[in-house]
Amino acid sequence: MNHMTALLLQVADPQMPPTQGMFVLFGLIKAGVAFGVYMLCVAYTTLLERWLAAWIQDRIGPNRAGPKGLLQPIADGIKNFMKEEALPGGANKVLFILAPAIAFVPAMLTWAVIPFASPLPVPGVGLIDMAVADLPVGFLFILAISSLGVYGITIAGWSSNNKYALLGGLRASAQMISYEIAMGMSTVCVLLLVGNVNLSAVIAQQQGQGWNVLLLTLAFFIFAISSLAETNRVPFDLPESESELVAGYHAEYSSMRYSMFPLAEYANIITASGLMVTLFFGGWDIPFTQWDNTPPWTVLKTALTLGAYFVKVFFFVFSFIWIRWTVPRFRYDQLMALGWKVLLPMVLVYITAVASLLLALDAGGVAHTSYAFRGAFLGMNVGFVVLVFWVLDRGRIVSPAYSRIERARIAHLREGAGRSDFAARKGA
Amino acid sequence: MAIKTRVVDRPTASASYVRATFQGLALTFKHLVDPHKVTVQYPEEKWDIGPRWRGTHRMLTTEDGKAKCVACGLCPTVCPANCIKLVPGVDEQGNRYPAVFDIDEFRCIFCGYCQEVCPEEAIHLGRHYENAEYERKDFVYDLKRLTSQTHPVCEMWDPADPKGE
Repeated sequence: MNHMTALLLQVADPQMPPTQGMFVLFGLIKAGVAFGVYMLCVAYTTLLERWLAAWIQDRIGPNRAGPKGLLQPIADGIKNFMKEEALPGGANKVLFILAPAIAFVPAMLTWAVIPFASPLPVPGVGLIDMAVADLPVGFLFILAISSLGVYGITIAGWSSNNKYALLGGLRASAQMISYEIAMGMSTVCVLLLVGNVNLSAVIAQQQGQGWNVLLLTLAFFIFAISSLAETNRVPFDLPESESELVAGYHAEYSSMRYSMFPLAEYANIITASGLMVTLFFGGWDIPFTQWDNTPPWTVLKTALTLGAYFVKVFFFVFSFIWIRWTVPRFRYDQLMALGWKVLLPMVLVYITAVASLLLALDAGGVAHTSYAFRGAFLGMNVGFVVLVFWVLDRGRIVSPAYSRIERARIAHLREGAGRSDFAARKGA
Repeated sequence: MAIKTRVVDRPTASASYVRATFQGLALTFKHLVDPHKVTVQYPEEKWDIGPRWRGTHRMLTTEDGKAKCVACGLCPTVCPANCIKLVPGVDEQGNRYPAVFDIDEFRCIFCGYCQEVCPEEAIHLGRHYENAEYERKDFVYDLKRLTSQTHPVCEMWDPADPKGE
């Protein structure tokens, strides 16, 4: 009887976890809503990219379909569905058709474990977590799933029976292997501070200690660069580098199958942005206030934190696009050297430093939320940032081609440039 | 004019990729928030075209709606592209008129000689550039079409006023 009353009370109290049946029901609802919103965001990221590209280049951008061009993604979708699907001769039909789906699904799966707002109290049901599935192993799940996306790209390249597509696919896999390590290692620093792999715990830690971007700037920097590489965005878009590989891994694709690849890329961008926000920018935390992250939970809190999360993710999606239209693509050896010879040693040193400092502070009995703890990390962080960006990064992080030529040879070449035909004609 | 060559010293010791990238981002952001848009939204806005723009032809008419052409045959003679087909006719009063006057706009090179040579100021080039048609045969303009078009006509170059002032 007591048990029954407890159950009934639990059902009545919106601040308590829901019953199992309600948990499943709301899980399904959350999955449906999250999927719809996510797909809509992916579609509109394509429009955002085209607008920002145009505005950065002093152009106008899509403005014909619908008011201000807002229906452009729908027009693109209809166009792609109407087009003919070509199957290249000699292609592996099964894998060729399967590859776009393999590329697209992991990006969406990753999104399932990211919490996007404070818990929502539903009267008569209970407290609903605002993540599709707040897994206890959330972060390990992300590491496991996010590297699967490259299978779609590699399989697309291989099954096309096209040498350029194959090269693009190979590059994608080589790039993924090189940067996955640095990415995973950079998150180890975060996990050291949190002491948990649950993403809600990561957010709770940042609400207590301040955002990780301040405590672990270098880790954020390495994570951001690796995310660029993992999503195959400029300056790391070697898998599809148009100038040398036609279109890279999707050279043979057409119609909606083709458009699945760009959509997967944008899905990956949104997911990577969501991860960066969750790990380094406090997730759905509203900065400078503790009001939003303490119970009792209300609908207003959920709405505001959702808004905060959206703004942060939007900023990173914007940054991805902004970077794309600013920097040129790396050369292949630069890409590999940056991954293996710069980021990996850097992140290993950084993990050691973070772990040592954490051990020392714990041995000294400094509480994790105290100002001394934050100050120690902030101080070390400033030291590392100055060291990396002002001392080490002088023609070393990304080395130009001429860095491999001897100095004497450069001087000789410059003399030659002075004696060129143009100069001779000008003299005469 | 001599071609100026400049050998740029690439920065070596002082170059920082990260900081250079941030400089680049600042530059693109400046264009993003303060764009120097020069694109003309074509169907809604159009450039003004010059008074001596040489486009598709027009045949001017007299007050009673007839073509000013007297079928003298100078324009098919002078035409370097051989795109004017003229068959003269004579009416009851004994005046010559063009029974057939076709201009193949595909062959035309828009030199303007026909307008220059015309003693009656009948045939003119037009200040007009939207010439799309659905079929190739529609690019052969007959007399009816040449007289019914209303776009402004090309001004000739005046030796007394070479800059058109």
